[in-house]
Amino acid sequence: MCLGIPGKVVEIEKNVARVDVGGILRDISIDLCPDVSIGEYVLIHTGFAIQKVDEEEAKETLDLLRKMVEAI
Amino acid sequence: MGGFGRRDMKFIDEFRNKEIAEGLIQRIQKTSTRPIQLMEVCGTHTVSIFRYGIRGLLPQHIRLLSGPGCPVCVTPNNDIDLAIALSRQKDVIIVTFGDMMKVPGSTSSLQKEKAEGRDIRIIYSSLDALNIAKEHLEKRVIFFAIGFETTSPTIAVAILRTREEKTQNLFFLNSQKQIPPAIRALLRSNQLKIDGFILPGHVSTIIGIKPYQFIAKEFGRPAVVTGFEPLDILQGIWMLIKQIEENRAAIEIQYRRVVHEEGNPIALSKIDEIFEKDEAFWRGIGMIPDSGYRFKESFKERDARNFDVEVEPPKEHPECLCGEVLQGIKTPLECRLFKVLCHPENPIGPCMVSIEGTCHTYFKFSD
Repeated sequence: MCLGIPGKVVEIEKNVARVDVGGILRDISIDLCPDVSIGEYVLIHTGFAIQKVDEEEAKETLDLLRKMVEAI
Repeated sequence: MGGFGRRDMKFIDEFRNKEIAEGLIQRIQKTSTRPIQLMEVCGTHTVSIFRYGIRGLLPQHIRLLSGPGCPVCVTPNNDIDLAIALSRQKDVIIVTFGDMMKVPGSTSSLQKEKAEGRDIRIIYSSLDALNIAKEHLEKRVIFFAIGFETTSPTIAVAILRTREEKTQNLFFLNSQKQIPPAIRALLRSNQLKIDGFILPGHVSTIIGIKPYQFIAKEFGRPAVVTGFEPLDILQGIWMLIKQIEENRAAIEIQYRRVVHEEGNPIALSKIDEIFEKDEAFWRGIGMIPDSGYRFKESFKERDARNFDVEVEPPKEHPECLCGEVLQGIKTPLECRLFKVLCHPENPIGPCMVSIEGTCHTYFKFSD
């Protein structure tokens, strides 16, 4: 059960974040990931944010992949 | 590679890019010279690999084996029997994740018991268990909790809340497990040639990479923490092949956007507050040391195993190959029951029930 989907934090109240997942808003516990800000993305598992999604790393991964593919 | 769905989802769509996928496949074909077997540990990887037709895209000499990372599949049938026995007690509500409903125990299942009138409910989050307990103070609510390290911290949070909020009627039948000890058991048993591991992406957001170091240091195999989109899986496989061709063995992270070397320290500390490690029985495999949890002394009062109920002796169908399938020794195609007697509408073993079960996945994606 490795299920986890990314969602964007649009609102925070205490330890609950309202998160946009593909257009649908869900209330998610941020007990495990308290250091989030509005506008950031989190990975959601069974109603909890378990980690932030690092946009920089995502971009770097894609850039690396593109370079690798162009080099063939 | 076909359509990957029309959702407009950031951090998903970009990792399904067809051009990059084709380039990665070419890279893999160029780099890979030796016949190798890679194990994808996690059930969600098994599903992704089938869904995106990854096997068909790889050169024939690279073989992918499915591993035991399906928590529903490895929950001991004795625990299911215990949950059933508890559900038959007066004033008990059993709550669990949906996948567990149809898994066969020794003679029944939670779904069958529910049909007989027991109060058994599906929840989507450990926090739902808290809400149900508060709504039914006159009942004992027992959360049959399964999962790996991705889920354990969420269970720990719920347990901590029972203390904070003084919810006295919520108990936990804890059947969670840990992945790295299972990998160690597979390597020690040495029944299979495994040249490298595709490591679970989301378990690793919690535990980081330190618990996997023994794979490289003690057993000399490379392992890569990999995400679940097509580009993630292809890149992860490419990173493994590169290590193998260069005769290296290290633990690397492909899924850098959510996995950090140190994992999630807050999540780990929550688990640590409640649990200490214990041996655990994996259905189809056997006892694996340090692969489960027991409650620490101060939280023992929440343990549903304290309840005094009679549980039937565990029984398995003698021809069910789930155990060997979970260890990568056999594929479902080698099981006499597969498709003939065992299919999702009539599952004989847990591997056919769970959407992450290898047998279920083979069934769903084969002709």
